[in-house]
Amino acid sequence: MSPLEPVRAEPDPAFTVTLDGREIEALPGQTVAAALWTAGVVSWRTTRGEGRPRGIFCGIGVCFDCLVTVNGRPNQRACLLPVRPGDAIRTQEGTGHED
Amino acid sequence: MRTDLAVIGAGPAGLAASLAASARGVRVTLVDAAETAGGQFYRQPAVALGARRPRAPHHQRRTWERLRDGLAASSVRHLADHHVWCVERDRTGFTVHALRGPLQEEPVTVHADAVLLATGGYEKVLPFPGWTLPGVVTAGGAQALLKGGLAVPGRTAVVAGTGPLLLPVATGLAAAGVEVAALVESADPRGFVRYLPSLAAKLPEAAGYAARLLRHRVPFMTGHTVVAAHGDGRLEAVTVAALDSGGRVRPGTARRIPCDTLAVGHGMLPHTDLAEALGCRIDGADVHVDDEQRTDVPGVWAAGETTGIGGAALALAEGHIAGRSVAARLRGTAPDPRAWAAADRSRARLRELFAAVDSVCAPPAHWTEQVTDDTVVCRCEEVRAGAVREAVQELGAGDLRTVKLLTRAGMGWCQGRVCGPAVAGLAGCDPAPARRPFARPVPLGVLARAGHPTDADQPTEEGPS
Repeated sequence: MSPLEPVRAEPDPAFTVTLDGREIEALPGQTVAAALWTAGVVSWRTTRGEGRPRGIFCGIGVCFDCLVTVNGRPNQRACLLPVRPGDAIRTQEGTGHED
Repeated sequence: MRTDLAVIGAGPAGLAASLAASARGVRVTLVDAAETAGGQFYRQPAVALGARRPRAPHHQRRTWERLRDGLAASSVRHLADHHVWCVERDRTGFTVHALRGPLQEEPVTVHADAVLLATGGYEKVLPFPGWTLPGVVTAGGAQALLKGGLAVPGRTAVVAGTGPLLLPVATGLAAAGVEVAALVESADPRGFVRYLPSLAAKLPEAAGYAARLLRHRVPFMTGHTVVAAHGDGRLEAVTVAALDSGGRVRPGTARRIPCDTLAVGHGMLPHTDLAEALGCRIDGADVHVDDEQRTDVPGVWAAGETTGIGGAALALAEGHIAGRSVAARLRGTAPDPRAWAAADRSRARLRELFAAVDSVCAPPAHWTEQVTDDTVVCRCEEVRAGAVREAVQELGAGDLRTVKLLTRAGMGWCQGRVCGPAVAGLAGCDPAPARRPFARPVPLGVLARAGHPTDADQPTEEGPS
């Protein structure tokens, strides 16, 4: 079962975005984080110090663990940022300014 | 722009306050970070997701619809997607500084005679080995992505920690098709018996959750805790263990549960940054308010979780009282508390109820014993528990500020919001108000312009130049 079923969701048509160049489908109205979770992705950042993978933690914009680079702009909170058609999402390495 | 009252936060407290004040002739501007009103509690699926059946129970839905329709019919000016970073006192009242989202670069200022802080709360999570693995999320975070984005993090989840939030998270995930392998609550159910008179009002709700847990075959383990999360690059399993009556892990009770998601929370913390920057008195973790929901700073009211964690119904009562108090005080009259006697009674009853919940649903007393020296405590700066212990035991740190200066714990992106309680617990120091001057990151250009003297005279919303 999908999480769309309990609320009988009939979303507007899905669109395509990329994660590190790979195409994934996203639903309008979702945040970048929700779209990545739906695509089965749970990490999209590595830490500055030890290069460890991170993804969503608090989910409401407090913890900054879900930072991601979208359309060339690093350090965006994936849990707050709405996903848009054609977004180029990149795994953020460290500060995101070293790429 | 200029307004009589600026309400910060459009959750239950902010909505109730806005409607109460606006109905009494106050010009209200409601400033909120989300795209739609409701806060965390009334978070709705994004419109484009086309949800045709609401998730919430009937009585919650009716209250939400009343607030939503009330807002639409009112004269309240709702500034959605506005992220407030500071409220400043000036000669003529207050200046609310916000950034317009989603990129949070465009500055907006609102000038108000009075301010009502309804900034809500966020989840507290205490560390344990493996808690930084992807797949470990806060219980509230899992709920937020499910409610707002109709997204789930995996196939098999363990929901763990303590507190009333765990129940709707477990049943919500189960209803969305996630196998909930266990609901792990550290509180001892015998604790609830002591507080039964205060908790009686919640029994029907609790029974409803129990029935749903049973229907989804979710094993409910009380008096247990997660002692470690395991995985290579992402979560693969957790180890849970039983607690003894003193809150210590019982040797020989550990068992491993395979899962790809751990939704964990140890209670809630109020958002108090704006109140602290305004100089409001903080009691423990909460903004101090009087019977009218006034802080000790003239012109500043507060309601909801920011004044003490107590849930949505309490936030509604407090917001309503605050809104009515503002309406009277801005006219220069003293309000008659008899006019809000019903809200006052619910407020008293619900505060008592949550004091009881708080007493029962505390994290295990000896949780720090499970935190190994190599466990990351400050997630942002990757500071390990061993470094915090060394700062106290070897380097003589006796307060949180010194621990921070010696270890960098709390200096990262989240500014100690997540690791604060953990560092305090490990260091054996009392938690202290953080006194952050800004409630969120601010671009330097915005900050420079905010200090410009002409800024306070701007009559309208500012856009980017």
